[in-house]
Amino acid sequence: MSSSYKGADLVAIRDFSRDQIEHIMDLAEKMVPIALGQERSDLLAGYVQSSLFFEPSTRTRLSFASAMARLGGATLGFDQPGGSSVQKGETLADTIKMVDSYSDVIVLRHHSEGSARLAAYFAEKPVINAGDGAGQHPTQTILDLFTIRKAKGKIDGVNVALVGDLKYGRTAHSLAEALALFGAELMFVAPANLQMPKETIRAVDKLGGKPKTMTSIEQAVPEADVLYITRIQKERFPDLAEYQKVAGSYKINNALLKDAKTELSIMHPLPRVDEIHPDVDLSPHALYFQQAFNGVPVRMAILALLLGVIE
Amino acid sequence: MIEFKVTPIRNGTVIDHITVGMALNVLKIIGIKGENVQSTVSVLMHVPSKKAGWKDIVKIEDRELDPKELDKVALISPNATINIIRDYNVAEKFVVEVPDVVKGIVKCQNPGCITNMHEPIEPEFLVESKKPPMLRCIYCDRIMTEVSDYII
Ligand SMILES: Nc1ncnc2c1ncn2[C@@H]1O[C@H](COP(=O)(O)OP(=O)(O)OP(=O)(O)O)[C@@H](O)[C@H]1O
Ligand SMILES: [Mg+2]
Ligand SMILES: [Zn+2]
Repeated sequence: MSSSYKGADLVAIRDFSRDQIEHIMDLAEKMVPIALGQERSDLLAGYVQSSLFFEPSTRTRLSFASAMARLGGATLGFDQPGGSSVQKGETLADTIKMVDSYSDVIVLRHHSEGSARLAAYFAEKPVINAGDGAGQHPTQTILDLFTIRKAKGKIDGVNVALVGDLKYGRTAHSLAEALALFGAELMFVAPANLQMPKETIRAVDKLGGKPKTMTSIEQAVPEADVLYITRIQKERFPDLAEYQKVAGSYKINNALLKDAKTELSIMHPLPRVDEIHPDVDLSPHALYFQQAFNGVPVRMAILALLLGVIE
Repeated sequence: MIEFKVTPIRNGTVIDHITVGMALNVLKIIGIKGENVQSTVSVLMHVPSKKAGWKDIVKIEDRELDPKELDKVALISPNATINIIRDYNVAEKFVVEVPDVVKGIVKCQNPGCITNMHEPIEPEFLVESKKPPMLRCIYCDRIMTEVSDYII
């Protein structure tokens, strides 16, 4: 599998095998000192990354830029389509063909599902999907896996509770499947109308993830090694009162955590609104800022592999 | 005994064993809109089938279907039989088959899919199952089962 990354696209997490993801995580581990600025590197000197963000993003965009800069490469692109040729009605296909000739790798965040697959079709250079609407966000999935592996020393057998809106947003589904693929045990904690879709539960079950579904977060807390919190979006609810009731019952604070295992880790893809009380930030359970940092070494590893600089 | 409910045709195509209720969709697929049709088209709806229950039949004079049209018929009626009539006789007979990849003949049901955004690309699907047809969009991953409403 060694050189099979060079020129490959990363559109969906299932584009890569378990071994390949494992290899990315091993390499990411080696990138950590460079990501922290403790070591300098010119591994990607002379390489150019196109960073096309048709939708706003802070963490994903900046961590890709940081990853490239830490390895000595350059980034060009935009973080809002306003003012660009895109706003004048240019097709995504044309934008991609242009940046394909300006750079060595393309990072794309776009509001339409399937946009990264389309970009991969038109580009000769590797395309990395940095989120396509409600679709996939594979580098987030890999950094989540990496974060758990780093914090727990393994993923196999770790009990992960996914909490929040599990119905919409394919990222929760791909994360569940990826965790099951790596041997995690899963709890799906969600209000009944936002529970994980049956197909995902079935897929997880088939992979041996022993999925348990529940509505009460209190029930999940004592058992969990990891609580992975996602946002519950207002738009999903017919009326505000119903939303407030549900959202309120999934808030994490220190009182809720009194029955937690001492090693419990709390993750969140961020940005948070008020799912996690700021008091929790100071507790040893908080892993979300570490998780956000991990985006950098993981993306460094992915860039180096897809550009073929490391096998 | 052959029992003709309509005048026999000399040359053309009989699409038989159409899933009952789908005859009008078949007409739409093969582009029979009225003005531009040069030959006789007859439609039999809700006729008893020897095989099971009810079926529709469409008969078109002086016309054979191209592969794209055959794929579309297969998608809305996977058991349809195509009979090529030459000189009043059934010269060829075959059952339509849903292809493994469906390209450019169905549009994605997901309104947020990039293939619905005026990009220079044909929608494309992997066929997850053929009877009944179940398609997976290669771009957005959406699974489609109500294919007949989305034929291009
Ligand atoms: N010359 C013709 N004009 C119009 N329709 C015809 C003509 N010849 C055959 N057909 C129709 O074409 C279809 C297939 O004819 P065929 O004689 O093969 O019948 P069959 O043995 O019942 O076929 P199947 O086993 O496919 O049902 C029938 O619906 C028949 O009525
Ligand atoms: Mg018959
Ligand atoms: Zn689609």
